[in-house]
Amino acid sequence: MARTITYREAINEALAQEMERDESVIVMGEDNAGGEGSPGEMDAWGGVLGVTKGLYNKFPGRVLDTPISESAFIGAAIGAATAGMRPVAELMFVDFMGVCFDQIYNQAAKFRYMFGGKAVTPVVIRTMYGAGLRAAAQHSQCLYPLFTHIPGLKVVLPATPYDAKGLMTQAIRDNDPVMFFEHKALYDLAGPVPEESYALPFGEANVVREGADVTIVALGRMVHTSLEAAQQLAAAGVECEVVDLRTTSPLDEDTVLESVEGTGRLVVVDEAHPRCSVATDISALVARKAFGSLRAPVEMVTAPHTPVPFSNALEDIYIPDAQRIVNAVKTVAEWAR
Amino acid sequence: MTDERIVAVTMPKWGLSMQLGKITAWIVAEGDDVSAGDDLADIETDKIAGTLESADGGTVRRIIARVGEDVPVSGTIALIAPAGVSDGDLDAAVAEARAVIDAGVPDEAAGGPAVEAAEVGGRKISYVGTGQDGDVVLLVHGYGGDRNSWLFLQEPMAARHRVYALDLPGHGTSSKDVGDGSVGTLADAVLGVLDAIGAERAHLVGHSLGGAAAAAAAARDPRRVSSLTLIAPSGFGPEINAGYLRGFADAQTRRELKPVVGQLFADESLVTRQVVDDLLAYKRLDGVDAALHTLLGTLLDGDRQRTGSAAAVAAIGGAVPVTVVWGRADRIIPAAQAEALAGAARHLLDGAGHMPHMERPAEVQAAIEEAIARAG
Repeated sequence: MARTITYREAINEALAQEMERDESVIVMGEDNAGGEGSPGEMDAWGGVLGVTKGLYNKFPGRVLDTPISESAFIGAAIGAATAGMRPVAELMFVDFMGVCFDQIYNQAAKFRYMFGGKAVTPVVIRTMYGAGLRAAAQHSQCLYPLFTHIPGLKVVLPATPYDAKGLMTQAIRDNDPVMFFEHKALYDLAGPVPEESYALPFGEANVVREGADVTIVALGRMVHTSLEAAQQLAAAGVECEVVDLRTTSPLDEDTVLESVEGTGRLVVVDEAHPRCSVATDISALVARKAFGSLRAPVEMVTAPHTPVPFSNALEDIYIPDAQRIVNAVKTVAEWAR
Repeated sequence: MTDERIVAVTMPKWGLSMQLGKITAWIVAEGDDVSAGDDLADIETDKIAGTLESADGGTVRRIIARVGEDVPVSGTIALIAPAGVSDGDLDAAVAEARAVIDAGVPDEAAGGPAVEAAEVGGRKISYVGTGQDGDVVLLVHGYGGDRNSWLFLQEPMAARHRVYALDLPGHGTSSKDVGDGSVGTLADAVLGVLDAIGAERAHLVGHSLGGAAAAAAAARDPRRVSSLTLIAPSGFGPEINAGYLRGFADAQTRRELKPVVGQLFADESLVTRQVVDDLLAYKRLDGVDAALHTLLGTLLDGDRQRTGSAAAVAAIGGAVPVTVVWGRADRIIPAAQAEALAGAARHLLDGAGHMPHMERPAEVQAAIEEAIARAG
């Protein structure tokens, strides 16, 4: 798989290949097609950061622009899914979940359960998350813990172009509602991606670096920050094993536990707030099920419990960086009773 | 080099995309006497770990590349020279080599030969060729492998031959549709690639199921085959490790796949995470699961192996010289089946399982070169 494409292109390719394969797959969202006032249908805008660009002309009538009314079009996508379509709806920023949350957590997430398995809701809701684009408090949040909390939703956070394509393909083929989180800062990340279609199973974490001393569990953009830290630490003689969760629901508990059983030390790195988060969830998992293996208290590296600041200087120190991870790893590596 | 008696030990090119290698351990030290074939160093690339064998005999006078250091392919990592070579000459050669290592990968090294594709029976068949002169050699991988299985052989052999490696139907970047999955369909792909590259004749080298495909191609058109080298080929006896084959076809996760793949090698430590990850990525491509399960029916009749290859070699009837290479520690197809190939030149290799071209590449290359030389 020598070909290299970006995270953005990988998602677009998965959408195009699944639309080609299955005509019940449709794409909808704000400016996903032409967009009011854009040059129009000959050169589709493709969503605010261009992920769906080009699909409109390949699949006429199957890429729908929607009004700026998330409650209406997310609800429409969920309804279409129950009626036999496989819609991929774009909730531009996950920060806008508040205006369409009922449709997601109290409708889509419940149908299979409440109808005794007779109803399925194969909808994918794509959404952008994360800080780093100077977009301030209402367009920068990492709200995946809120969705991970809800039974009936699958929550996916690819970190690489390869994973983005394979997880999107799986998301579309999956019969349950999937929240698909795309980090804005990863769109231009390039990596090897096969041209052919492939689906990556949910609930399979990826050990992206092996090491015997400390386990770092990370997700999304933080996988790359963790790898950067692990490289610095290797030069200092500390070998980190970096686990990319890839999906928070379902969660691959075994890979996390097996890694900690090998290293005895855990640092969880999460760009979300520190309370009721993936970081706390993984910490609790390891404390309950791998307590006997732990040789040091668990450390968490997260954003602070504040909104994302508008000031550039403050936003830069808000986002966990490699130095903070290095410090946390050293803390657990050097910990003595 | 200022003294032509100095022999440079260089970073090998394992796989056409390899640009850098890292020494993970030196097995020899300065002052050691080595013979051709002796292990010199353990080397790791981003794809694989292996052991570099010495191509020459002599005294290791200088070790240049440090453990853990990235060295560009063909960069000099050590010097072998007789006692008569002066320290001054050696130090000059070391300085030259050091400059190459420190410069890193040259920009023009990016890429490597392009992957080409032939259309055979409505299927896309991918192949990649390297080498400028000499006879055409076509390498045919086995079940679940791909053209990269030859990473230790293709580049070294390209010094003297035009060496091609293909992806069989259902494998690599070729079409995943295998049709009936028969050995005949696979042989079509072999002959189709010869057509595509305009080779009237070629030396065929086939491993495992690729050996059966190469033998079937040779039986169909012996005039196009200058020599036939079969490495642990399938189809020469009823015994086969059916559990391995089904385990490989059915494995869905890294946990399931890793112990299965380990059975391929005498030394299971060769199965790195990267090897398993690459296989898993292949298995997850659309259509691969169906292809591998169809091909199971080509290889297996119940828990026994189908034995069509013996008839194919009989049909060639001595028109093509045949060489057989087998690892004595093969846990997939027993090496005793080499005896079914009466009249073939036989090479049974110690320290190799079902993948001798990965575990003992220098000896496999020597066997192929001998087969080519014998064919004249």
